[in-house]
Amino acid sequence: MDTTIRELSYAQAIQEAMAIAMERDERVFLMGEDIGVYGGAFQVTGDLVHRFGEDRVMDTPISELGGAGVAVGAAVTGMRPIFEFQFSDFAALAMEQIVNQAAKMRYMLGGAVSVPLVMRFPAGSGTGAAAQHSQSIEAWLGHVPGLKVVQPATPHDAKGLLLAALEDPDPVMIFEHKLLYKMKGPVPEGYYTTPIGKAEIRREGKDVTIVATAIMVHKALEAAETLASEGIDAEVIDLRTIRPMDRETVIASVKKTSRLICVYEGVKTLGVGAEVSAMIAESDAFDFLDAPIIRLGGAETPIPYNPELEKAAVPQVPDILKSARDLVNGVR
Amino acid sequence: MDKASVNAKAAREEGKHNLPFAFRQYSPEQLKEALRKMYLIRRFEEGAEESYTRGFIHGTMHLSIGQEASAVGISLPLTDDDMITSTHRGHGHCIAKGADVSRMFAEFFGKETGYCHGRGGSMHIADVSKGNLGANGIVGGGIPIAVGAALSMKKQKTGRVVISWFGDGANNEGAFHEALNMASVWKLPVIFVCENNGYGMSTSTKRATAVPNIADRAAAYAMPGIVVDGNNLSEVAEASHEAVERARRGEGPTLIECKTYRHRGHSKSDRNRYRTKEEIEDWINNRDPIRLFEEQMQEYGVINAAGIEAVRADVEREIEAAIEFAKTSPSPDIASLTRDVYTDLP
Ligand SMILES: Cc1ncc(C[n+]2csc(CCOP(=O)(O)OP(=O)(O)O)c2C)c(N)n1
Ligand SMILES: [Mg+2]
Repeated sequence: MDTTIRELSYAQAIQEAMAIAMERDERVFLMGEDIGVYGGAFQVTGDLVHRFGEDRVMDTPISELGGAGVAVGAAVTGMRPIFEFQFSDFAALAMEQIVNQAAKMRYMLGGAVSVPLVMRFPAGSGTGAAAQHSQSIEAWLGHVPGLKVVQPATPHDAKGLLLAALEDPDPVMIFEHKLLYKMKGPVPEGYYTTPIGKAEIRREGKDVTIVATAIMVHKALEAAETLASEGIDAEVIDLRTIRPMDRETVIASVKKTSRLICVYEGVKTLGVGAEVSAMIAESDAFDFLDAPIIRLGGAETPIPYNPELEKAAVPQVPDILKSARDLVNGVR
Repeated sequence: MDKASVNAKAAREEGKHNLPFAFRQYSPEQLKEALRKMYLIRRFEEGAEESYTRGFIHGTMHLSIGQEASAVGISLPLTDDDMITSTHRGHGHCIAKGADVSRMFAEFFGKETGYCHGRGGSMHIADVSKGNLGANGIVGGGIPIAVGAALSMKKQKTGRVVISWFGDGANNEGAFHEALNMASVWKLPVIFVCENNGYGMSTSTKRATAVPNIADRAAAYAMPGIVVDGNNLSEVAEASHEAVERARRGEGPTLIECKTYRHRGHSKSDRNRYRTKEEIEDWINNRDPIRLFEEQMQEYGVINAAGIEAVRADVEREIEAAIEFAKTSPSPDIASLTRDVYTDLP
């Protein structure tokens, strides 16, 4: 394996993964709105249409439900489609095909088929695009048996998880936070995969475990630096996959630190943090807890347009700092 | 072009003494007001663009410069009580339906005085008091809602009609087809207006849509499908007038397709890689809807050069004052973040 490592942006890393996949495997092709000459709404497909042609980088009409279904049909019959939603919010138009068809087809047919489908969802707030272009809906899909749901937080994992998703025989939903697209980080050249279902400890610590997803991983790491200067040693876990969830890594960490904060951008109630908290409450790590679990999630509101309101609608670094201090200092 | 509009065109060309529809139907005052509205939309969009560049507006915007005749022409036969649903490219529809540009700018600036109290921004601009049920961030999202509003109007026997605006791209969403079918089956007072500007973001109608005209879709739902030059205010108004009359008579929906063009990119992040400079310049230089209407108005003696200048100066003052209002308006209180998620119970 080629081990040369360069700095790439998250968007470039995804594009590279798609290019490698298309070069290696003729069955792989891309579908989505404006992913051809336009290069995708977030320039993730970029110039791929010029390298691979319109037959493999297919602009679809604005037809999310039909498009998703076409991808399902191609996947069960020998192709490896990668379907790009222009914004994750538009998955709402395609829920029928994702939830009732892709997720259940193998089960309903008694294992006679697999659905090796990859879908990519630009997600999250912070761009001033308001309520219908800013949601974090990963927990919706995380609720569906038959789907796998990942949220890469780094360029390295964005590439590795996409290639792993293509190797996976089942439908994998990839949520990409829009504010991460321009973030740079080390990415190995060539082919590699990042395991689906495996969390990554981004920072080791002994006082408090912060389980974070997507962009919140970076906010948690930023908070951890400040906390370190105050003598609080935080362990930051990048969950990476929300279904299936990596129980071992989270449980082991909580046993070590005795304190847990979950931070995620999706709406707090019935979200990823609820699952992580329940997982701990149901495990033997529960006996190790020194304090109640804290969930920091999105406010119970659609994402507002005004930039100050928009910031207030999702967890920020000061919220993480306050929660960690409160936990360690025994403030309830 | 379909039969109906070919016939309409032939009728108009029969004798030169036959004035275009708008000049027969509307008074000089109404026509001047139509020009003023078109100009107001143009200057509003330019003001929004400039405010965006100067950092007063964030997020993204979809400007309707070049599409003013369809917004104003379709709205001419409407009353304040009639309703519309609009699109992501909805500033023009909102203004044509009578919104106050001060409160629109305030919304774009994210202010509490904006139509949506800073919650919605450009993509959700609405003036419900004038029957505008809102722009929409979801392509095709407003079309079934318009049908529902029309059903409601029919059940309540109000005599009101509903306009549903959408782009050419929206005609490939399932919602469009389901909505048109129901509107026709139930003979609802709704007019579907497609502003076909040739592209859904970057994808041309040729590459995305199986039929040459969006209006051809009407045949599948047994309603009239009319193609008009969307940059010719009179032609648009005529089609709208007939469709509105038909809807008010209880005869059901019509699909009108306005062929038009957006002068600007799709949104603030468009690099215009999918259309040629020549194509864009041709539309800007040779088919500008405002210039076309000004020329017609002068030709038919409704206005002179000084009159046009006066309209422009008037709009200029209105835009300046509106931007000033937006700038000096207060921002929403952060504590109000979750207000209006649900209705307050008494
Ligand atoms: C359901 C849905 N899919 C995709 C988008 C992204 N998008 C916004 S506008 C647009 C193009 C719409 O084209 P058209 O309907 O022709 O309207 P125009 O922009 O040309 O006015 C697209 C793809 C969206 N907002 N909603
Ligand atoms: Mg269009």
